[in-house]
Amino acid sequence: MSLPPDPDARMDLPDHDLVDRDATRDSEAAAADHDHLVAHEMHPLAIRWMHWVNFPLLFIMMWSGLRIYWANDIYVAGIGTWEFFAFFPKQFYEVLDAPFKLAKGMAFHFSFGWLFALNGLAYVTYLAISGQWRHLVPDRRALTVEAPQVVAHDLHLRDEAPPQGRYNAAQQVTYTLVILMGALVVASGLAILKPTQATLLTTLLGGYEFARFLHFASFIGFALFFVLHVLQIARAGLGNFLSMITGYVLESRAADFDPQRRRGDDREPPTSDDSSTPTTEVPA
Amino acid sequence: MTPDDPTPNDPTDAATTDSNGTGETLDERAARLQARAHEGRTLSRDDYRATSRRAFLGGAVGVAAGVAGFRWVQTQEHVDGIPAVLRRGHEFNADLWRTIAPADASAPEYPLAAAEDLRRNGRAGIRDEIDLDAWSMRVEGPDGELLDEVVLDDVMSLPAVEMVTLHKCIEGWSQVAHWTGVRFADFAERYASRIGDAQYVALETPDEGYYVGLTREDSLHPQTLLAHGLGGEPLTQDHGAPLRLYTPNHYGIKSLKRIGLIRFTRDRPRDFWAERSYDWNSHL
Repeated sequence: MSLPPDPDARMDLPDHDLVDRDATRDSEAAAADHDHLVAHEMHPLAIRWMHWVNFPLLFIMMWSGLRIYWANDIYVAGIGTWEFFAFFPKQFYEVLDAPFKLAKGMAFHFSFGWLFALNGLAYVTYLAISGQWRHLVPDRRALTVEAPQVVAHDLHLRDEAPPQGRYNAAQQVTYTLVILMGALVVASGLAILKPTQATLLTTLLGGYEFARFLHFASFIGFALFFVLHVLQIARAGLGNFLSMITGYVLESRAADFDPQRRRGDDREPPTSDDSSTPTTEVPA
Repeated sequence: MTPDDPTPNDPTDAATTDSNGTGETLDERAARLQARAHEGRTLSRDDYRATSRRAFLGGAVGVAAGVAGFRWVQTQEHVDGIPAVLRRGHEFNADLWRTIAPADASAPEYPLAAAEDLRRNGRAGIRDEIDLDAWSMRVEGPDGELLDEVVLDDVMSLPAVEMVTLHKCIEGWSQVAHWTGVRFADFAERYASRIGDAQYVALETPDEGYYVGLTREDSLHPQTLLAHGLGGEPLTQDHGAPLRLYTPNHYGIKSLKRIGLIRFTRDRPRDFWAERSYDWNSHL
């Protein structure tokens, strides 16, 4: 998944001269001096705060969750009777100070869990009310056609990146799945926390033991997401990373993003070819 | 339109596939996504500098507050092995769920065929075998006065109850088990006039090596049993013969084996595992 500042990920308008673009890119970048740089909004303040609040909370939940899991670490990855590997090696637990810390793990998990859930709830509520969900939720084409294309592009199996908005199609799919996984991790957590007092929830999630499995599976899902997310952020460059702090990305050609121009029909495409000019990653 | 018209919407352009079943061409889609990506405010470079500075300062304050908050949790006074605030977290959870859960919330019951051979876990309070024929149990009132000295026949004379429920260990494993016993509520009814306003029940093994506390409300739950049989047989000594507490609505740590004393009390009783960092309530 390429993130916006990757110049190749920006769409090519049909009237754009591909030959010229490659030839002029360097000179354009050079010409993009301070007067031509403009910052346009990427992440609203609320989303940035909730994103960064979530980071340590998710870490605390995963760490304290491991201390709980250690006391009965029954899950293995395998097919049929063939056991691929068990979660987790002894050294892994020891590094994380998990052995014999069940009670402390529970103490942290069941208090910080509320902060994690409330932050997630606030995030989803904000997405819904602000309309920001439109950037995040993939439409049918993004889901079925473009997301695989983005993956193929990232793996260098495909030259062109499909068109994208704030996030590319693969990002949309991933981020939406992570939100759904957040809902699952909270629901399955409550189901195994209170199998009597929240019996209905526990039953809906397939019973106590299956809900515990779902809770663990979503833990693994979050761990995999975290690794992927960090790798992609590293790939996407500093400008993209900083935008989650400052809220803005620096781009060249102020005219392109002149709000006056976009005030009308937002379906009307920019009429110049400038939108495909490279972005500047480092806000010098 | 003429074929050389460079308008992006030109239907003669290659990308005319209906993108989403909406009649929109791929070019229109690309333009719409592009426009959406550039929604939001646009800042001049100077404003961006100021905004970034504010964002980084705000972020630094946030990080400092987060670190200070976590240090505060970790370094504050510990109560029975965990930070006091996390103890309050456990109490908050117990109060909350007591409030929102249906009053008659009960652990699901299973068909008899589902019952398993229950694992033994922990020997505190029952390390040595006892002479079952010589066993008796003290019952004490709120002021420590002796209410009764009970032998097994006194208990067996109450209506027998069978229950097949999921036993849930705080370590994370669970097994379906078949219990035989009498309702604690039926037993406590004998002393109703002498219990007064005692809000808790304390139970201890004869050697006082293991002890638990229950709220009066939880002790009167119809699934809270004084159990004398497991798997259709009388209890074995390692499962707490001749008489033990059994509740499927708490982690197994509350189901004290081999009762030596039952005390109705006003003050919250000490609890073996709560003194060792676990949640006093351990309610499910």
